[in-house]
Amino acid sequence: MYVAVKGGESAILASYDLLAQQRRGDPSVAELSIGQICQQLRLAVDRVMTEGSVYDPQLAALAIKQSAGDLVEAIFLLRAYRATLPRLGYSEALDTGAMQIARRISAAFKDLPGGQVLGPTYDYTQRLLDFSLLATGATLPSPRQAAVSDEATPRVVDLLHQESLLESQQPPAGDPDPFDLTRQPLRFPADRSARLQNLARADEGFLLAMAYSTQRGYSETHPFVGEIRFGTVELCVTPEELGFSISIGDLPVTECQMINQFQGSQTEPPQFTRGYGLAFGHSERKAMAMSLVDRALRADELGEAVTSPAQMQEFVMSHSDSLESSGFVQHLKLPHYVDFQSELELVRKMRQSIANQGNADAAP
Amino acid sequence: MQPPEFSGSAPARDPHINFAYLDERTKRMIRRALLKAVAIPGYQVPFGSREMPLPYGWGTGGIQVTASIIGPDDVLKVIDQGSDDTVNAVNIRRFFQRTTGVDVTTDTQSASIIQTRHRIPETPLREGQVLVYQVPVPEPMQHLEPREVETRKLHALQEYGLMHVNLFEDLAHYGHIATTYDYPVLVNGRYIMSPSPIPKFDNPKMHLNPALQLFGAGREKRIYAVPPYTPVESLGFEDHPFEVQRWDHPCELCGSNESYLDEVLVDDQGGRIFVCSDSDYCGKRQAASTESGTP
Amino acid sequence: MQVQLKNLGRGFSEPTLCSQTVFRHALDALSLPGRIQQLGASTALRGMQTPQGADPAAAALLLALLDQDCKLWLSPDLLQGDAAAWLRFHTGCLVVTDAAQADFAWIGLGTELPALGTFAQGHAEYPDQSTTCIVQVTSLDSSASTWTLRGPGIPGSVEMQIDGLAPDFPAQWRASQTHFPCGVDVFFTQGEAFVGLPRSTLIEG
Repeated sequence: MYVAVKGGESAILASYDLLAQQRRGDPSVAELSIGQICQQLRLAVDRVMTEGSVYDPQLAALAIKQSAGDLVEAIFLLRAYRATLPRLGYSEALDTGAMQIARRISAAFKDLPGGQVLGPTYDYTQRLLDFSLLATGATLPSPRQAAVSDEATPRVVDLLHQESLLESQQPPAGDPDPFDLTRQPLRFPADRSARLQNLARADEGFLLAMAYSTQRGYSETHPFVGEIRFGTVELCVTPEELGFSISIGDLPVTECQMINQFQGSQTEPPQFTRGYGLAFGHSERKAMAMSLVDRALRADELGEAVTSPAQMQEFVMSHSDSLESSGFVQHLKLPHYVDFQSELELVRKMRQSIANQGNADAAP
Repeated sequence: MQPPEFSGSAPARDPHINFAYLDERTKRMIRRALLKAVAIPGYQVPFGSREMPLPYGWGTGGIQVTASIIGPDDVLKVIDQGSDDTVNAVNIRRFFQRTTGVDVTTDTQSASIIQTRHRIPETPLREGQVLVYQVPVPEPMQHLEPREVETRKLHALQEYGLMHVNLFEDLAHYGHIATTYDYPVLVNGRYIMSPSPIPKFDNPKMHLNPALQLFGAGREKRIYAVPPYTPVESLGFEDHPFEVQRWDHPCELCGSNESYLDEVLVDDQGGRIFVCSDSDYCGKRQAASTESGTP
Repeated sequence: MQVQLKNLGRGFSEPTLCSQTVFRHALDALSLPGRIQQLGASTALRGMQTPQGADPAAAALLLALLDQDCKLWLSPDLLQGDAAAWLRFHTGCLVVTDAAQADFAWIGLGTELPALGTFAQGHAEYPDQSTTCIVQVTSLDSSASTWTLRGPGIPGSVEMQIDGLAPDFPAQWRASQTHFPCGVDVFFTQGEAFVGLPRSTLIEG
């Protein structure tokens, strides 16, 4: 005799225990510390902070530990935490021109003021597994160059502006506040501040694929890396009570200025156009992908025909958030048997009428 | 308070969390959206959906709506697929117990707020109750036209030819309308609306319902509403009018011939039985027949 | 403008709970148009110090619904008192002079309700972006005027008996409805009570 299943609550509680065991793994192996994650999985921490939209390496490391290294899950944890935090105010725009540079390169110029500073990068390593890392306790080489440069390092875009070769980016009339899509619902068409915010929080894999598509004919923008710089910038706020700007700390960011296809018109001589990318920590792939997609999404504004997915605002911005995409894809695991029952009933009915039709035809 | 029908202990009200989890500013934003939604029945109001501790796609919209309306004196029922005991309903109910401390129930009649995924309870609702639906895809035309810029225009102009053509094509192809759930409805003669993925069997319950029906889509960030006593008609054609599913057998457990039945596989030779999807309705009927002694 | 904090009246005694109570009444008012909501029967108003010229119900509605993201328009008679300061302090809302920019508009007894078209109407694609009007009236159950209401939230029909509005209000309302779904939504208040009139409601007579 069938008895309706009960016990959903106890099943859930049991699953929490199993999850905790799975997360910890073999208890005889030393437990990961937050400090270890912050220091030695630093690039994972940078990604989680960028897409989690919170600069706090400790919290990001905690999220990574709690999610057993599933970075999309860690990003979710950080975002959900962010949603509970009160909004105290807004900072000044970061002055990346005053960045304390750890790495700075330009593909557009052979040499330039401030020089090409290679800094810490995987770019020119050979991707061969280093089996010496299986052991611990290796002595580190001492750095060969000073980490901090005193030389002035003007931004490439400012240098190009001197000859008016690059489009200038004026704030919209009235210098309105940037759109904040964590506060207001997104409506299309979205302005550039909304698009940039969406791209900054976007899933890196999705953004990378969209960016790649623009290099393969799905909207060509002839990009050149004007500059990538990675280093520390100051965070300044102007509290209402003080009326002047104060620094509240430093944080590392990666900025990418992409120089793209020039444009001119009957009245305007041609100038290069731009794409912009910014991420927390050392995140070049993300900043570069963001800058390519930013430029592609400016198609409307620059009078280009919108033919490819990377140029379509709604397509890019509606699918870029990993919380939304992961949540909806995985929601298919939830019970759907009521709707499936409806489908079963219809399919059986349709098959029956075809069968009846066949019998009717066959009957003498 | 944890009614005896729930296994496990009730999660205690967590004093570190604001009542119903959301901060007050978020609640206000959602409340303002709800008021506009009620004033324009069936129209999707955009709102600044927040990241919640459950994933997008798992009921965050319904949760945000419930969290914005619920008060300490409310009595909450949460169901998924018609049942109070499915894991998702349990999870959401525990969330509200933890963040509000309100009384919870499985009894449809004594609940003041019912949050539901994919079913409308069989027991008729009364004025004063609020039914909060979890909605995955608020735009009924999304599978035909994914761009919201376009569907907004269609709604503004009341241009719904696309939907009618889509249903008609099913008729031409299959001889039946192939939509069996999330069947589109026309609200107050003006907006076409997604009723959420309830089976079309439940659509007639929406029409002139004395309860307030609120719809929350967290991932897509839209809220909409059907006030009490509002006409809700399922789309159809004169020669192929809308019709609901019927079974030719009653519920195995309570004998009802009128409720939506779930199919349960009982062996690996195609053995199956059919039982009510609505666990409260079925349980009450079984209890009543036990008391009266009828088999 | 210097505000004397010590002169500002108190808001809700328990903001979280009182806001929720008042909001539920507002939701009921728009879901069931024409039904009078009695805030005096609840504890929400306890301890609240209503600004000059304000109905407690009107003050409570705005206190419950406004925040820093809202623009509020006040009628001239209300501007003369401390209503603006009171709401700006307790909710952080922005007071605007252009009614067409307002999310909420509060009209006191001393001002005739401006033409409905003065307020934000929304757009065909976003009709929700319209003003919600809180209008103080002299009576919510006057036998001197009776309008019959029909529409969503109303089983059959219901009667509304508001006194203190221009006699051509129903005609204005009907004219506004030719632009449905655009239009404003209204709460009429008197003392501690209020009634809702969403744009979907038809007024006969």
